[in-house]
Amino acid sequence: MRDQIFVAGLGIITAIGNDLTTNLQSLCEEKTGIGEMVWLSSVHRGELPVGEVKYSNAELAVATGLPTQLSRTALLSAIAAREALVDAGWGKSNLFRTGFISANTVGGMDKTENFFKLFSKDKTAGKLADVVNHECGAVTELVADYLGIQHFVSTVSTACSSSANAIFTGARMIKAGLLDFALVGGADALTRFTLNGFNTLMILDKELCKPFDENRHGLNLGEGAAYLLLTSEKGLKQLNKKPYARISGYANANDAFHQTASSPEGTGSFLAMKGAMDKARLLPADIDYINLHGTGTQNNDIAEGTAIRLLFDPAYPKMSSTKAYTGHTLGASGAVEAVYSVLAIRHGLIFPNLRWQTAMKEFPFQPVTVCLKNQRVHHVLSNSFGFGGNCSSLIFSAA
Amino acid sequence: MKIYIRSTGNISPQHSLDTESFFLNRINPSADFFKSFEPDYDSFVDSKMIRRMSRIVKMGVAASLTCLRSAGIEQPGAILTATSYGCLEDSSSFLRRMIEFEETMLSPTAFIQSTHNTVGAQIALLLKCHHYNNCIVHRAFSFENALIESRLLLEDGMAPVLVGAVDEITDDRHAILSRFGLYKKTNAYGNIAGEGAAFFLLDKERGSDPLAEWIDLQILYRPSNEDEVQEAIRNFLKQNGLSLEDVGLVLTSHTGNARRDESDDRLLNSLFRGKNHFPFKSLCGDFPTASGFAFWLASVLLKQQRQPSWMDGLKFPLKKILIHHHSGNTHHSFFLIGAV
Repeated sequence: MRDQIFVAGLGIITAIGNDLTTNLQSLCEEKTGIGEMVWLSSVHRGELPVGEVKYSNAELAVATGLPTQLSRTALLSAIAAREALVDAGWGKSNLFRTGFISANTVGGMDKTENFFKLFSKDKTAGKLADVVNHECGAVTELVADYLGIQHFVSTVSTACSSSANAIFTGARMIKAGLLDFALVGGADALTRFTLNGFNTLMILDKELCKPFDENRHGLNLGEGAAYLLLTSEKGLKQLNKKPYARISGYANANDAFHQTASSPEGTGSFLAMKGAMDKARLLPADIDYINLHGTGTQNNDIAEGTAIRLLFDPAYPKMSSTKAYTGHTLGASGAVEAVYSVLAIRHGLIFPNLRWQTAMKEFPFQPVTVCLKNQRVHHVLSNSFGFGGNCSSLIFSAA
Repeated sequence: MKIYIRSTGNISPQHSLDTESFFLNRINPSADFFKSFEPDYDSFVDSKMIRRMSRIVKMGVAASLTCLRSAGIEQPGAILTATSYGCLEDSSSFLRRMIEFEETMLSPTAFIQSTHNTVGAQIALLLKCHHYNNCIVHRAFSFENALIESRLLLEDGMAPVLVGAVDEITDDRHAILSRFGLYKKTNAYGNIAGEGAAFFLLDKERGSDPLAEWIDLQILYRPSNEDEVQEAIRNFLKQNGLSLEDVGLVLTSHTGNARRDESDDRLLNSLFRGKNHFPFKSLCGDFPTASGFAFWLASVLLKQQRQPSWMDGLKFPLKKILIHHHSGNTHHSFFLIGAV
């Protein structure tokens, strides 16, 4: 068991719950969090459904004790990151080297948008406080300072695969003996910037999204944050904690096909999944559940499905996309789905692909549609693919 | 494990693509920011593709291709890009239009190219490289953390690693950061906003003609006082079995802003007393990933073993260079680079 990387704590906030317990409950009760826009102020309100966290910024500030005017991304991040540390029983100590490796895609963009309203007309206008934390790294540091983590701080940004890459950066650093504990994951709040960006690409569904359905029309954006506290066997002893699971495999590959679209044959997805299985020394038949990237766009689901067929045909594991619950949480999605994957192992659950009706004509497989309980779930493959061809897969295994 | 800097490609405000010109002529900033001296990009990439790329992508692509070509490598084992601000030109452009047209009539191009991983993605796309690809975006630790990851990837067998730091100046960035008082002029040089794209090929193998050896790196986040910084530098050297006696040159983070440089001056008058030193930001300007430029400068001086015409006091053979990069006293990093 030497060199193993364990998951010792979990924290999460998404459209389906403000903490771990509520997220698990919503997953089992098949309750989606996607609906009409409430907090984001956009002309698309009423037209584009989103997966918003149910807390306002003021409520997030009260819950964290942080100032209300901070970027919503930092507030979401602080809540989930703190939950993961508390869950693991981690206490600040100079004896251990703890790192905070967080992902996000647009930093403090929600505040920068306000700043630009005035600044774009007059370069001397706009409140500097709204732009001071614009950088992705600034958001991470607000939270690192809040948690008192100083030894190592880093931010990863590879679009929709960002937090999957943050997770295995942390795993690698523990393995190399550079850190004792790594708090890894990511956060992204909804912003007008990303909403309009995805809207110009014409990949947003005006109805609730239906990943891996023949009649899917695109994705719904969501927001949230999720973190995992990773450690070694030695660290587990320090925490006196039974681990949730271990990270047994991870791989990152590039599709090298197009800036935003996935190759029809899913080259990057295939290489990421295959690489993660090789790293974990597992065969396709060992995988009990795939938490799909499954955004619900024509392009992603075809590419991902094609890669899955190539790897798994004819014996497909159970699979589902949980984005029908949370929406696509972008920089947070890899970590949100990593947390769900770990919960699947811990509780022997397979979560359903909500609203699924019709099999895609290209594939012989179909996702799970009801929450399956008392399952044998030893190995879960979790996929995150993003713009720029950045594809990452993680494998979590029973500890 | 020894790590060699096998090759480099650097687009900066200096003639950094051509060592001879760089050694002969030092470029001084003509405005209150220091823009890169850009090559003719058509010699790097198909002109149709070039037209679609923003400036940061062009700089990053040209620097990385120069680096790979110079080592004769077509496919690196991994690509790591480090950027603090990301693709600002496209981000600003999408934001402005979104606000002006009230979230209607937008085109996707600027949004598509605004994501922080665009430079690394475009490099992968040009090389058709399916290997490991990551992007680190952590202020003045971006390049540092990418280097730390490079070491782990090399240990994991993903050699050689292409790693680079890239940031661009835009009018909006300059207007905003100036309002934070970052660029108050207090002397002729430095205190100037900068930019650039510095790429390196790192490998466990020395290759045919390595530039230098990257020995070690350490980051220090939010030290409580200057003693902690000095202590960290001493320990860093000690961990590598070295002392300041072994260091032939210290590259410092002086910006030219007297108030911001007070702590650097105190180091020169204490820990670094009597050491040869040079303020690297006087060549590339001040920006969070300027340590990429310092890494390049150290590698080139160690390789050339001679003094640029505009520098003085260096003693040869020059065996080891220490870089002290810091930004606003919250982010410190120390690099050790050695002659091969």
